[in-house]
Amino acid sequence: MGLRRYLVSKTAWYLGALLVAVVLNFLLPRLIPGNPVDVIVSQLGRGGMSSEAQAAIYQQFLEQFGLDKPLWDQFWIYVTHALQGNLGLSFSFYPTPVSDLISQSLPFTLVLQIPAIILGWIIGNLLGAVAAYKGGSWDKSVFTTSLVFNSMPYYCLSIILLYGLAVVLGWFPPGGAYSLGNSPEWSWDFFSDALQYWWLPFLSLLLINIGGQAVGMRSMAIYELGSDYVNYSRSLGIGDRKMTGYIFRNAMLPQITGLALSIGTMVGGALITELVFNYPGMGTLLFSAISANDYPIVQAVTLIITVAVLVANYLVEVLYGFIDPRIRAAKSGEK
Amino acid sequence: MTNIQSNAVVAETEGPVAPVEPETPKAKARPAWRSLNFGPRLWVSVGIILVITLLAFVGPLFYPYGPDQKVGSIYDSPSAEHILGTENFGYDVIAVLMASTRNSLINGLLAGTLATFIGVLIGILAGYVGGWLEEALMGITNIVLAIPAIVILILISISLQSTNIPFLKGIAGLALVIGITSWPWTARAVRAQASSVATREHIDVAKLSGARTPGILVFDVLPYLASYVVMAWVLQLASAILAESTLSMLGLGVSGTNSLGMQLHWALAFQAVATGAWWAFLPPTIVLTLISFGFLYLQSSLDEVFNPRLRRGKKKNLAAAAKRREEAARKLAEQGDAVGVAA
Repeated sequence: MGLRRYLVSKTAWYLGALLVAVVLNFLLPRLIPGNPVDVIVSQLGRGGMSSEAQAAIYQQFLEQFGLDKPLWDQFWIYVTHALQGNLGLSFSFYPTPVSDLISQSLPFTLVLQIPAIILGWIIGNLLGAVAAYKGGSWDKSVFTTSLVFNSMPYYCLSIILLYGLAVVLGWFPPGGAYSLGNSPEWSWDFFSDALQYWWLPFLSLLLINIGGQAVGMRSMAIYELGSDYVNYSRSLGIGDRKMTGYIFRNAMLPQITGLALSIGTMVGGALITELVFNYPGMGTLLFSAISANDYPIVQAVTLIITVAVLVANYLVEVLYGFIDPRIRAAKSGEK
Repeated sequence: MTNIQSNAVVAETEGPVAPVEPETPKAKARPAWRSLNFGPRLWVSVGIILVITLLAFVGPLFYPYGPDQKVGSIYDSPSAEHILGTENFGYDVIAVLMASTRNSLINGLLAGTLATFIGVLIGILAGYVGGWLEEALMGITNIVLAIPAIVILILISISLQSTNIPFLKGIAGLALVIGITSWPWTARAVRAQASSVATREHIDVAKLSGARTPGILVFDVLPYLASYVVMAWVLQLASAILAESTLSMLGLGVSGTNSLGMQLHWALAFQAVATGAWWAFLPPTIVLTLISFGFLYLQSSLDEVFNPRLRRGKKKNLAAAAKRREEAARKLAEQGDAVGVAA
């Protein structure tokens, strides 16, 4: 019973968060004083776009957003279009649909971030637990190193790695995602080529994620090490191996919630990492869209990031419901 | 757990306590803060922050070049005259770095303080008052927490760029945006602590003596949260500085001002990394890392000061404590003997 209650309430919360996020994504751009289309189109005009194209964009925009209609109708148009995968047309690559641009860059972001987040979480937790358990110089070195990586902004480590390993030492190609002349396709050649470019951004994300998780896990495990059940079991003469198992599992639970809460930060940091490495993912797309005032792209990228982060959070929380026995055991609503 | 003093006292009293002989009133009692266990980590982090603050605020007074003084062309190599060369606009890197650090610190201070203030206000109200207010406030907090902050930051700052209000376009505007988007962490942590303080007896006493809710919150609840608020504030300072540089790197910073993120933004835009002009991008990178590391290290060492369970005994200290206990036991034994002889 407890589990069902938990799942229902989590689902409700995340649906609420999704609604708020979509509303914000819709509303914030409209807070710009004046008609956003006027502002954007006049900015485009300065960029030397032909008046014909301007008029077309203007018309397309009025239609797409229904700017003459009340706000409520506009919102419905926005939501229904987004659900159909229609995210509008790009300004800077007119008339390419935004969804095309996104489907080109999304895979790069995914292959970079998903392994970095999952591996970083696993390695970081193991390291943190070992550091807490062993103590002494192990603890000191692991903790300080993790703290340095944890506190380092993503892009700072990226810049240092890029300069040191790619520019000075030349071990990795300096930026980009594949060699010039190559183009994304399902072939072995392309993948082996892209893999060389993938290592460095992946490594910089991985190191920081490991650092963050290790710092958290270490303090959790130290907390557990000092608790009564550990002292009691020790006095009973329970072996080290078994004890580490208990401690690890208990310290793990908060780390799972921690993962849910930090996915958003990780994704945000990874966007800038892409920028540093000139990796053609969502971050670079977002950056070029911001500098080109390509509003439909910015809005679409932020929407996709939000939805992805919310879905990932939701999955982690559901998983937590299955893992934590207290939730299954809870009979009445417990906060 | 939240009481700094009681922790300090617990940390101090270990082993059998010898009856203290009435001392000559030569020394005053040790002030409470002296009994806090400030470790070397704390001094290291304070040192880092202090050096950077000096660089930002005092450095420009002694440095011969200004941040808006064109002294060379793009990426001039370091020389005796310009120790870190020039950046892409031909300005002296050190001069720009000092101005950037100052702006980043000011921005962090404004935004971090605002975020801490909002977070503490919401957390303390939710935790103390409870009921539907708690549900509503924490609902909002959890929703804001779930939406990635960077997304909201990007959307608001894009909107801000096209406003005509000069205040919102400056550093203060950016700080405001960062402040109003980064409070939820603090609110959550403070709520948990506040609701545990709310059940203590002294709150009942305050209520019975007719204190009003705002008064109770400020005088009876807040002091118990002081250590958490300080730690949250330190974290918020660091994250606000990082948030500003992230936005600036994306090209959403305050145009025309120097900040660490802006410096990196221009270095990337002008291919400093690929051309090997390390003096243009390494200094802001290192300063940002140091700021961030300094604040996080400060936070974690404060955590150990306020929260002795996280602290691990050092061998040196353990030996000293053992010696103290031995001494105390010896005194006790001596006194026992003395009493025995007298009887």
